Amino acid sequence: MSPSDSVDLDAPWPHRCLLGLQGMPAAEMRTLLNVARSFSDISTRSVKKAPALRGKVVANLFFEDSTRTRVSFTLAAQRLSADVVDLAGAGSSVSKGETIDDTAANIEAMGVDALVVRHKASGAAAMIAGVVRCAVINAGDGRHEHPTQGLLDAYTVAEAHGRLDGFDLSGLRIAIVGDVVSSRVARSNIAAMTALGAEVVCVGPPTLAPRSLESLGCRVEHDFDAVIGECDVVNMLRIQFERHGEGSGGRDPAAQRASPAFPSLREYRQMYALTEERARLLKPGAVVMHPGPINRGVELAAPVADGPRSVILRQVSNGLAVRMAALYLCVSAAARASA
Amino acid sequence: MKLIADAAEVDRLIRQLADQIRSGVKDPRRLALIGIRRRGDVLAARLGEVMGIADVGSIDITLYRDDLSETGPMARVGKTHIPFSIQGREVVICDDVIMTGRSVLAAIREILDFGRPARLHLAVLVERPEREIPIHADFVGVKLAPGPGEKVDVRLVPQDDIDQISINPRG
Repeated sequence: MSPSDSVDLDAPWPHRCLLGLQGMPAAEMRTLLNVARSFSDISTRSVKKAPALRGKVVANLFFEDSTRTRVSFTLAAQRLSADVVDLAGAGSSVSKGETIDDTAANIEAMGVDALVVRHKASGAAAMIAGVVRCAVINAGDGRHEHPTQGLLDAYTVAEAHGRLDGFDLSGLRIAIVGDVVSSRVARSNIAAMTALGAEVVCVGPPTLAPRSLESLGCRVEHDFDAVIGECDVVNMLRIQFERHGEGSGGRDPAAQRASPAFPSLREYRQMYALTEERARLLKPGAVVMHPGPINRGVELAAPVADGPRSVILRQVSNGLAVRMAALYLCVSAAARASA
Repeated sequence: MKLIADAAEVDRLIRQLADQIRSGVKDPRRLALIGIRRRGDVLAARLGEVMGIADVGSIDITLYRDDLSETGPMARVGKTHIPFSIQGREVVICDDVIMTGRSVLAAIREILDFGRPARLHLAVLVERPEREIPIHADFVGVKLAPGPGEKVDVRLVPQDDIDQISINPRG
């Protein structure tokens, strides 16, 4: 598919929900990315708002901590003139014994048009989507998916490599490095990047980047130094100690940086951190990404995170446009369905 | 097909619109043209050429329409492109056809989000009578009142392969 064709080949957007990217046709991803692109200039206007979702209500239903994603969705909704209610600490009613679908149904009954859901359990957003009729956007469910992150990363790759016309990423090689197995960001990334034509290489120790990931359509490598020089994008992931189960985390600060997945943090860093030294192996034009929050000095050295190859802050800016597009398209589809 | 204007006639109508605009605005030196996508932007570009005006923009009004459920599943939010400040300018909104007036209303709302022009005017190639909102065109190429089973088709180069205005059966 040539880039100029793909604009005409964009698919219509029939979905009330955005739950995941696995199995989504590339044409639908391009529809959303193209809409996001058309939204990207709203923040440069004298009035930084468009009235597309005026009178609509978006509820952030976060059962798991998040600042950046919640703020990004809130700003996205506000740029489209929607009202936003924040149910951070939504776990409170669950701790009183309410099920999450009861919580969601109750909030929908108050006249909400979209639910933005984050939960530590994989499949939580899909479950909620089954009991409500309003739009549902998955803002991260366990180790499963974080679709808007996958799309904003695809947008950022396209921007960094001059592929905004058509969002065709073919010929690009993207490394996802670190704690791939715990990462919903990685799963959504693999789905988005491969659908749009890029080649994805997951890199990490066998405990964090097991061969089984190959079933998602990517390559798996354990030697970062051997592949870094052939990649156009290096996406560094945080080590999610909190998801490594027994023997990791805990209250002791030292234990919070230990994991059964590798012998020591020092050894992990030596093999898989993007240090200044290792960053010199990057080929010209290659860019560095990170979904945040960064553990500076662990997976990513501060001078690299702040260096000329870093597009980390572009990811944040693009996230706003992508989330505006997701809200706009899903709320429109839900409005049509109930009309 | 009922031919209303061929290429030569369309060209004459555009030049005539340009004359109306020139003599109808208070300060022609501060003129700027903004066309409504798709085809109003083509009209604006053609008027800009004829009048020697460099500040020509285009807007996509999808996000400013008054009913989200009418947007249709074919999500196509075009780019709005106004590469100049509209502050204190004589802005002429250009559209190929005015009918209900709702797109013009959406266009006015959107343009005001970019700044505060000194004056806003409206130029259309074809004026139809079916207004649903009290909005009127200041500069008009031709007035047409098609029958209930008919529609007006405007074709403009380079968006289309020829310049033509015609009335055709609906459907």
